[in-house]
Amino acid sequence: MKTEEQDIQRSAFVRPDSMTDVVTHYCPGCTHGVIHRLVAEAIDDLGLRERTVGVAPVGCSVLAYNYFNCDFLEAPHGRAPALGTGFKRLRPDMIVFTYQGDGDLASIGMGEIIHAANRGEKFTAIFVNNAIYGMTGGQMAPTTLPMQITTTCPTGRDMNETGHPIKISELLSTLTTPSYIERVSVHSPQHILKAKKAIRQAFQNQVDDKCFSLIEVLSTCPTNWGITPTEATSWVEDQMFKFFPLGCFKRPDDGKVK
Amino acid sequence: MAKVLMKGNEAIAEAALRAGANNYFCYPITPQTEVAEYMAKRMPEVGGVFLQGESEVAVGNMIFGAAATGKRVFTTSSSPGISLMQESISYMAGAQLPCVIVNIMRGGPGLGGILPAQSDYFQAVKGGGHGDYRLLVLAPSTVQEAVDLMILSFDLADKYRNPVMMIGDGMIGQMMEAVEFPDKDADPKPPDESWAATGAKDRKPRIIKSLFLDPVKLEENSWLLHEKYERMKKEEVRFELYKVKPENEFMIVSYGTMARICQTAIDELEEEGVSIGLFRPISLFPFPSTQILEEATKENVKALLTVEMSTAQMMEDVVMAVVGNRPVEFYGRCGGIVPTPEEVKEKILEMQKTYSK
Repeated sequence: MKTEEQDIQRSAFVRPDSMTDVVTHYCPGCTHGVIHRLVAEAIDDLGLRERTVGVAPVGCSVLAYNYFNCDFLEAPHGRAPALGTGFKRLRPDMIVFTYQGDGDLASIGMGEIIHAANRGEKFTAIFVNNAIYGMTGGQMAPTTLPMQITTTCPTGRDMNETGHPIKISELLSTLTTPSYIERVSVHSPQHILKAKKAIRQAFQNQVDDKCFSLIEVLSTCPTNWGITPTEATSWVEDQMFKFFPLGCFKRPDDGKVK
Repeated sequence: MAKVLMKGNEAIAEAALRAGANNYFCYPITPQTEVAEYMAKRMPEVGGVFLQGESEVAVGNMIFGAAATGKRVFTTSSSPGISLMQESISYMAGAQLPCVIVNIMRGGPGLGGILPAQSDYFQAVKGGGHGDYRLLVLAPSTVQEAVDLMILSFDLADKYRNPVMMIGDGMIGQMMEAVEFPDKDADPKPPDESWAATGAKDRKPRIIKSLFLDPVKLEENSWLLHEKYERMKKEEVRFELYKVKPENEFMIVSYGTMARICQTAIDELEEEGVSIGLFRPISLFPFPSTQILEEATKENVKALLTVEMSTAQMMEDVVMAVVGNRPVEFYGRCGGIVPTPEEVKEKILEMQKTYSK
C-alpha cells in the first residue's frame, strides 16, 4: 500500500521520459548525471523525445546513449559536430544534440566545433567542461587551469610550456554567424536552475529553426581532481570561475558580439 | 537516354544523383574537385544537400552522421583525402552503415603528386583504417563503367550495410568519354529505415555505434561483419576477360584504365603471334582469386604478368590466388607515370624469351 509520503516523493521527483531507468557509471560527485537530467528535462518539456537524436562523444560520457531514451549515434573522438551536421542537414525536421567533454570538443574536435558553429548548423551542442580528461584517468586538457595538477602535468600546468586554458564560449562568440552561446554551472541548486533554463533555450532555438546553440556547462571531476565531491563543488566556484566566467556570450540574432 | 560526352568526375556525380543520393559532402582535392563543382550546381536543381566541409576528417564524419538517417550518402576524394577519411570509414564499417566513397587516386605516399596512380590498392582492399573490416571495392576502367559501378555501389552498400569504395586512377576522373545514364527511377524504393535513427517513436531507441566494451559483444560484432565479407566473396565477385583463349601462353592481370592500356598491348602482341589474354578484376574486394586460379592453371599458360600503376600491390593478391601454380611477374610505373602499351609489350616479349626456353 502506498503511503502519502511515497506519493509526495514520487510527484516531487520523477524520472524524465527522456532518460532510461539505468544506474549510470559516473563517479560519485560527478555532475554528468545532473547535466544528462537537465538535457532530458528540456527534451521532455518541449515534447521532442520522439524526434530527437543525440550524438555521444568519446570520453566519460561515451556511454551517454545508455542513459537517454532516444535514438543515439556514437561519434569518433571530437567528431560529434560533424555527425550532427550530416544528420541534421538530411533531416532538418529532427532535433539533434551533441554532448561533448572538453578533451573531445576543445582538443581533438576543435576544428569540427568551430566550423559547425561558424556554418550555423542547427543543432544543440552541450559542452561539458571539467578542466581535465576524465575517462583516461586525469590528464591535462586544453581547459586545465594554470598550475592545476594532472597526471601529464604532475607539477601543475606550466603556461610557458602548454599555454593557457582555452575559453571555448568566448572563442566561439567571436564568430559572426548567429549563435546562442552561454556558460553555466551545475555545482549548486541555484546554478542548476539557471543551467536548465539555458539548455531549454538551446533546444527551443532548434525547434524555432533559429541557429547553432552551445551551452558550456562547468562540471566536476572529484575523482581526477583528487578532492571530495563537496570540495569539488567549491573548486568550481573558487577556481574555475576565475577562468571561465558564467554568462551569455551570444544570443540568437544578436548582432553584437559581447 | 542518349549518349553524352562527359568528364569522368562529372559523370560520377551525375550517376550518384541517378542512384538517388541527393546529398553530397566534400572537400576539394585534385584530381577529383570537378565532382564538387558539378554537385554545387546540380544539388540545388534536385533540391538536395550540398556542403563543403572543413576537412576530409569532418567530411567523412558528416557522411557518417548522414548515413545514420538511412538515406543514400556518398563522398569523393583523392588519396591524401581518403587517408583522412579512414577514421570515419572504420567507424561506419563497425556500425554497419551503408555509404559510397570514391577515390580518384593520385600518386603517393605523402602529398605525392596529382597525376594518375593506383597506389592506394592496399589502403582500399586491405583495410585502411583500424580494425577487422573490409570495404567492398570496385574499379572501373571506362567512364561508362564508372557510371554503372557508381549506381551498383549504392545497391551493394544498402545490401550489405557496409561502406563501398570505388577506386579509379586520376585518368578515370579527368578523361572525357561518351556515357549513357539510366533514366532515374520514377518510383524509387524508399530507403530502408529499419535500422536508421529516425526518432524513437513507438519503438525502443536505436543506437548506432561501433563501441562494444564487452569483449564477447565485440567479438560477436566482428564475426557478424566477417560473415558479410564471406557472403560478398560468394556473391559479388566481378571481372572481365579479354581475349582469354585455351591456347594462350600468357595472361595479364590488370585493373582500371591500366587494363585498357594492356588491351592495346595485347592487340599488338596478337598481331605479332603472341598468344595472350587479359584478366581484369572489377571487384578488388572480393578479389576474383578462384577465377584467376582457374584461368592461370589452364594447360598452355606459362606465366602471368600483373601490370599496375604502383610498385606491385595487387600482385600480392594474384600471387596468393595462383598459390604457386604459375610464376607471376610484375610490370608497373608509379608516381603519376602511366605505362605505355609498348612498355607492356616489351615486358611480355621478354617473358616469352624466358619461358620458351
